[in-house]
Amino acid sequence: MLLIKRLFTLFVCFLSFSNILFAQNENETCFECHGDRTLTGEINNKEVSVWVNEKVFSNSIHSDLECISCHADIDPEDLPHAEELAKVECQTCHDDAFDHYESSLHGMALAKGKKLAPTCMTCHGKHDILSSKNEKAKTYVTNIPELCGSCHKDGTPVSQLNTVSQNHILSNYTQSIHGDGLFRRGLIVTAVCTSCHSSHDILPHENPNSTINRNNIAKTCRQCHTQIEKVHLKVINGELWEKRPHEIPVCIDCHQPHVVRRVFYEESFSNEKCMKCHSNPNLSKSVNGEKISLFVDLNEHQNSAHANNTCIKCHTNISNARNPVCLNSGKVDCSICHAENVSDYNVSEHGILHAANDINAPYCTDCHGKHDVKRKDDITSSTFRRNIPELCGECHKDGHVAAIRYKGTQTSIVENYKMSIHGKGLLESGLMVTATCVDCHTSHKELPKDNPESSINKDNIAQTCANCHLGIYEEFKKSVHSPLVTITDKKLPVCNDCHLSHTIERTDLNDFRQQILNQCGKCHEEITSTYFDTFHGKVSKLGSSKTAKCYDCHGAHNILPPTNPESKLSRENIVETCKTCHPNSNRKFVGYLSHATHHDSDKYPYLYYTFWFMTILLVSTFTFFGLHTLLWLPRGLAEKRKKRKESEAKKENGNE
Amino acid sequence: MNEEINNKKIYVERFDAYTRILHVMVVVSFLSLALTGMIIKFSGVGVFQYLSDLMGGYEVTGFIHRFAAIITFLYFFLHSSYLIKKARTREGGFFSLLKGENSLVPNKRDFIEFVQTMKWFLGMGPRPQYGRWTYWEKFDYFAVFWGIMVIGSSGLILWFPEFFTMLGIPGWFINVATIIHSDEALLAVGFIFTIHFFNTHFRPDKFPMDKVIFTGSVELDEFKEDRPREYEVLVKENKLDEKFVNAPNKTLLRAAGIFGFTALTIGLIIVVLIIYSMIFLYQ
Repeated sequence: MLLIKRLFTLFVCFLSFSNILFAQNENETCFECHGDRTLTGEINNKEVSVWVNEKVFSNSIHSDLECISCHADIDPEDLPHAEELAKVECQTCHDDAFDHYESSLHGMALAKGKKLAPTCMTCHGKHDILSSKNEKAKTYVTNIPELCGSCHKDGTPVSQLNTVSQNHILSNYTQSIHGDGLFRRGLIVTAVCTSCHSSHDILPHENPNSTINRNNIAKTCRQCHTQIEKVHLKVINGELWEKRPHEIPVCIDCHQPHVVRRVFYEESFSNEKCMKCHSNPNLSKSVNGEKISLFVDLNEHQNSAHANNTCIKCHTNISNARNPVCLNSGKVDCSICHAENVSDYNVSEHGILHAANDINAPYCTDCHGKHDVKRKDDITSSTFRRNIPELCGECHKDGHVAAIRYKGTQTSIVENYKMSIHGKGLLESGLMVTATCVDCHTSHKELPKDNPESSINKDNIAQTCANCHLGIYEEFKKSVHSPLVTITDKKLPVCNDCHLSHTIERTDLNDFRQQILNQCGKCHEEITSTYFDTFHGKVSKLGSSKTAKCYDCHGAHNILPPTNPESKLSRENIVETCKTCHPNSNRKFVGYLSHATHHDSDKYPYLYYTFWFMTILLVSTFTFFGLHTLLWLPRGLAEKRKKRKESEAKKENGNE
Repeated sequence: MNEEINNKKIYVERFDAYTRILHVMVVVSFLSLALTGMIIKFSGVGVFQYLSDLMGGYEVTGFIHRFAAIITFLYFFLHSSYLIKKARTREGGFFSLLKGENSLVPNKRDFIEFVQTMKWFLGMGPRPQYGRWTYWEKFDYFAVFWGIMVIGSSGLILWFPEFFTMLGIPGWFINVATIIHSDEALLAVGFIFTIHFFNTHFRPDKFPMDKVIFTGSVELDEFKEDRPREYEVLVKENKLDEKFVNAPNKTLLRAAGIFGFTALTIGLIIVVLIIYSMIFLYQ
């Protein structure tokens, strides 16, 4: 049908244009009379000017048409024509627009005979009609607010009708981001009245066909704001746009019409409506025989981080079809606003367990609370940094649900953490920048260390620590231990191989410095054992923390092979390195073999032969004198016995 | 009754006061060096770590070790000047120290006495007629002499490695010095606390202890029996009377007993710990 209509329209227009030459002549005939400025006629018993400004008309978009194309009831053969002509029927050509207009608020008002109802001419003009692309046209984009405002601004008869619920429409619009764009920045692509309300199809927002109906408004806004999903990724879970659009708050829920700025606005569905029922402490429902309280402490909510959010912003799934509207609205989906966090949570161990209906798995509300949810920088919040160890500890302390499930090597996690440098920093020194559970494990995407995605996976742990220890990480990245530098099948160490995770200690204290066997020694077994054969190692074993440890010479994070000129042990640097402890260090002094062993004749022949010379000397001396003593002992004992006998004999003789 | 007889006993001087004081210095410094040295040599062994903690940690034991080293250098110096003084005052000068009955320098007779001793041990002859110094005593003496030079010089290198390397000693020699110092010390400690202890104190005729190094004098009968040739020489030269001294007083005897037994006990404990460490724990 529409197609036929269109074809017909084209045909009519074609006929008009085919008569252009003729039209000129015809119009001349009209202007013979109507070109007279003084010409008047009587319409509805009133004398009115029927002058048509030929100059204005010739500049109009309809200048190429003949007068009788619009004033179709005039017979050019029968002039002068009747004084009262029929109303011009724009729909002869503009039938589409007219159809929309007819069913629009404006059109319906006209049909009802409302005096204030605008007709085509109200907006488009008569003989002065201009293309909406003409800057002088009333319908040119920059003039639209003024055009609509001529009826809809404050103080006009229309504004006093109270059929429009919005106030200060034009002044609000002018100050809005759209108005600002239009008037101050001169952006003609900015939304004006007609961009949202449409030009001819203006309908009240209650009308399901209205461009500003809740169900359509997103589509309307997306005329300009395409890919709005991407812009709102952080706020609204992407797939909701496709799958459950009714759960998404519509644009105007957050961005109020006419006053759109980057601000959110008070909701129309007020909290009072919800609180009518939910302020009752006895309100409850029954799920599987279990009584669940539905009482909401509004005070609690008012002090929460969501104080400015109305109930329905979270409890979106309400419907007029149900009574009460919130019946079975289901669990709040935090992803509506916190999409990124929830998608992290969904792939985390917590989320996976929750999805598998594990009753012990924590949900958003278990950590963050429900109506009393607080910002993480609120000191009383369960997610405030200082409270995190206890929060996680609720499940992860020994004997608690998570600790029972866990089959790894870590024990007493929370207790150990509290004794660690991070825990002491947080809880004793009160340093809020100290690492808590979530800094290493992340807040929402906790994953077991074997998962390559995990922040504590071997391959990611250095980056995780780098969140705070960036300088160290930059050094480490260039060191021989970095996978970027050393390509090997063997396991390269990462932060927690030396520093431990939950029991991490101060590196300048004895306990840490005595652990080199568990640090460097874990991989460099042989060289560590030979270190313990030398003075540094031997004194270390006696508990000296001052004595040079591996990292005092080799460097800790910036460790490089001695062949690298940057290395602390390169020929250029070694004398200075030794000077840290030995102020008179010199070129010969640094020739000391700090990993020497006397068991390697190829590498250390001097030591090897010295050792064996000394050993032979010892063995031969002890053998010689050992034998000497062994022979002496029985002889000495025998002599003593003999002497005793002699003296006894003497005594006996003497007594006799 | 016995006391009276004892009081009448004649005592012969064997060591003068100077020598006895030096030996006390030797005992004190040697025990200190041995204990603190073994603590670091066997620093991987729990019991030595415990001893280190007991003494106040590695810094204290290190200080004691160096302090005792200074005492060692001191008595080495004092003894050397004693020898020089003797060499000057005596006829024949320095060379007189190398020869004669009282010289500590080993000679042909020591070799003969060694052979005789072996025969005596095996029951193939009588006890040799030992003079003022037996061959094992001469060995002891030179072992200390040699030991102080070797351990002392290597110890100085370890004490001042930066200084000695500045003089041109290569860095690896510090490692060599460590081995020499450590093993020579093990030899010295092991030798003194076993061989010397037995030869001097634990041998059946002196057991449990010979206090002569602290009291300085020995009873004439014992002297006659232990050093027959020295006695003979003294009688022959008519110098025995010059050697007679008063009996050591009770306080000295008791002090010598306490000091001596303490030293012996410490020495034996150290040697037991060393053997224990070497057999069971030390690689």
